[in-house]
This record gives sequence, C-alpha cells and structure tokens, in this order.
Amino acid sequence: MSEAEFDAIVVGGGLVGAAVAYGLACHALRVAILDEDDTAWRASRGNFALVWVQSKGLGMPRYAAWTKLSSDIWADFAAELRDASGIDVAHSRPGGFTLALSEQELEQRRQTLHRLHNQPDMVPYPYEFVDRAQLRQVFPQIGPEVVGASFCPLDGHVNSLRLFRALHTAFARLGGRYLPRHRVDDIAHRDGEFRVTAAGRSFAAARVVLAAGNGNRRLAPMVGLEAPVRPQRGQVIVTERAAPFLTHPIVTLRQTDEGGIMIGDSLEEAGFDTRLGLGVLGTMASRAVRMFPVLGRLNVVRSWAALRVMTPDGFPIYDQSADAPGAFLCTCHSGVTLAAVHAGKVAPMIAAGVLSPDLAPFSAYRFGVPAAA
Amino acid sequence: MFRRLPEAAGPPVSFTIDGQPAVGTEGDTVAAALLAYRIREFRTTPVTGARRGPFCLMGVCFDCLVAIDGLASRQACLVPLREGMRVETRQGKREPGR
Repeated sequence: MSEAEFDAIVVGGGLVGAAVAYGLACHALRVAILDEDDTAWRASRGNFALVWVQSKGLGMPRYAAWTKLSSDIWADFAAELRDASGIDVAHSRPGGFTLALSEQELEQRRQTLHRLHNQPDMVPYPYEFVDRAQLRQVFPQIGPEVVGASFCPLDGHVNSLRLFRALHTAFARLGGRYLPRHRVDDIAHRDGEFRVTAAGRSFAAARVVLAAGNGNRRLAPMVGLEAPVRPQRGQVIVTERAAPFLTHPIVTLRQTDEGGIMIGDSLEEAGFDTRLGLGVLGTMASRAVRMFPVLGRLNVVRSWAALRVMTPDGFPIYDQSADAPGAFLCTCHSGVTLAAVHAGKVAPMIAAGVLSPDLAPFSAYRFGVPAAA
Repeated sequence: MFRRLPEAAGPPVSFTIDGQPAVGTEGDTVAAALLAYRIREFRTTPVTGARRGPFCLMGVCFDCLVAIDGLASRQACLVPLREGMRVETRQGKREPGR
C-alpha cells in the first residue's frame, strides 16, 4: 500500500471539485483531486454553461446574494484563468432573458420575481420586464407566440467545456495532482489527519473536501456530515454551429461562442437513470422553435441526459465537520455560475481551515438532519 | 482526379453549382456530380474556416455539406441529383433559417 501526503484532498474532479482544488492550489497548498472514472454520474455533463442570476434565491436570499457575488467576480475570474491556463473560457455578461410563450407564463414570472425581490434581506439588483415590441428590437427573429420576457443585466454565460479544461490545466500547472480512477472507499480521521482510501492506495491530508456531487451522499457520513442530495435528470440538445444570431442567453436556450445552439430546460425526477426521452426532447425542441422559428431548420448534432445534483430546497450545501475538523462539504446545482466563488471565496476559507460565518445558512443543518456520530 | 467509368453513362441531369449551369448523370449523388466537375472544396468549417470536401462518401463524416435548393447543411453524398437542383458550396457558418 503506497502512501501519499497532501495538504488537501478534494474528492471529485467535476466543475465544483476542480474549481475548489484550483483555488486551494492558488494558495500554495499541495492538493490532490481523487476522481472516479468515466462511469461516474458526472453532473458536469449536464451543465448548461449559464452564469445566471435572475430568479435564483426564492426562499433563501443569502443564495441570491451569493449567486450575484459570483456573477460580479466572474469576469475577473475568467481573466485570471486565462493567465493561469492559457485558455479563454469565452465568458460574457450581456444580460439574459426568460421568455414567456403566454400571458399566463408572463404573469407567473412577474409574481415569482416580485416575491423573490420582496424577501427581507434580499440583495438589490436590477431586472425588468420587456414587452414584445422591445423584444423585437433585441431579437428580430423572435417567434410570434412570445408575449414578453424578464431581463436581468447580470446574466451571462461561458464555454463550459473550456472552463472545465481551464480549471484542470491551471490546477496541474500549479502543481496539483489529478488522480482519475480513484473512487474513494473510505475516509478515516485520526489525530487531526485524514486517511483516504481509494483504488487500494492510502492518501493522507490535513483537509478533505467532498465535492463529489451525488456521491457526497455516501461520503459525507464518513466525516460526520450529511449530504441529502438526490439526482435530477436534465436533458440537453445541441444543434450544428450557426452564424451568430442570439446576442443574449435565454434561460432555456443559448448560442455558444462557437455557434451551436444549446436547448435545455428539462428537469425530471428519475433516480439514477440517464436515458433520453423523446417526449421531453420533443417538448424542449418545440418550445425552442416557438421562441425562434428560424431554429427549426437547424440540424441537431447531439442530445444527452445527465444527472444534476439537487438538495431538498435546491440551494447549495457548504459545511464543515464538527467531529472531524478539516473536513468540508461543497455541493450545488450551479457549478458553472458558482465556479468563481468556489475558487475565489470558498477555497481560501478551506485553506484557512474554517468556513466564514456568512456561509452558515448553507449548512445541511438547515434540513434538520442530525449529523452522524 | 475523378473520371467517369465508361459503363456509367446515362441520361443527363441539368442543375446549377453556385449559380452556374452544370450537367450531371442520372444516378449521380450531388457529391459525385460536383466531384466530376473537379470541385474539391464543398464547404468551410464554421469555427476556423478550414476547407472541407467529401471524405467518406457514405454519410458518416459530414464533410460534404452543401446547400441544396436553399436548404443548408445537406449531405451531398446522400442526396441523389435531380433535374433543376440548385447546389451551393462554401457555406461556412450556417445562417439560421436557411
């Protein structure tokens, strides 16, 4: 049995784990990522590459503020990643729309945003509703059924494939060790040190960060934490690359920097089942074509399904273990939007050994789950 | 480059390539008819603009994409040539709606 020692071990090498690990490596820590193999339930596969603010945080204003903070520092984060990795992740923040295909949808949207922004302690930020005439100024090819939209100037998007690559490249350049095919079997805590067993090897570290998405449910009790996460299936369609025509991301529809149109607004409770459903794909495609009829002629080149990570209230969990100090949990639904705060805010706290009190609302304690002994 | 086999003769089929009149042979695919005119570049790639022509000629590589009768991104190797067809090459990034 070989031994390896690190300052921190990050379990999970998806967007969340890679962002935290990169942030830790920036603080001159010796970091290893222990990742599974290609049979893992990688939530990163299901991401839609939005850096999205509008409508998030109903029920937890702290989450709205956290999301806005990430959106606000994303441009600097992208520039930093470009320097650190040589990769441009094509971040842009032109503002985003949520389109309504009926008056009823628009009214629901109004009520949702009204309730969101009326919450006590809600972070203020601009948003507005635009009518069809205004939309036509922005999108000359908008479909006849679109009645209006909400718009938030803070919304943006990135090229998430390059984001993933940039995080891993920057991590490696900073001396980080990435170990695929290392599914973690056990984590033991003794004398202030963690021993992590994976792939028949033993790794030692003063800190362990669980960033394994749906895998956290199994791992968290090993360090006295709870991660009541469940998989939520999302399906995504991407078309061939087209000349630029969508100048802004729409929550269910966006054009990538290279021209492909991504369509993806499905969420289903389907357990650990990643099969595609023609019914759901058909609905997604149909709504997209109603929004922009010109999409109807584009060829679909790929569609796929992935399991995203969902907590009981939909908000992230950031936690630290009382029983095993030095063990942290970091899991969320929006690994792209929150990448900037995961690398720039959460990682420095973990490097310092303690989560800041303003992350306390994100503890799994809110679910009333007793921490395992 | 390509020459027609003597036994592959057949009735002529009139069509246009980028607006220019052309004549193929019944039984040609659009790709075959263009190759017979020594056209090797069917399109450019949407991101880098690299030149592309038919590679597999069996519907797999998608490198022979052309616009046919106004509809872009058709696989020239899979479409039989028809009288009066309008074929356009070098599409690059597709215009949505075309």
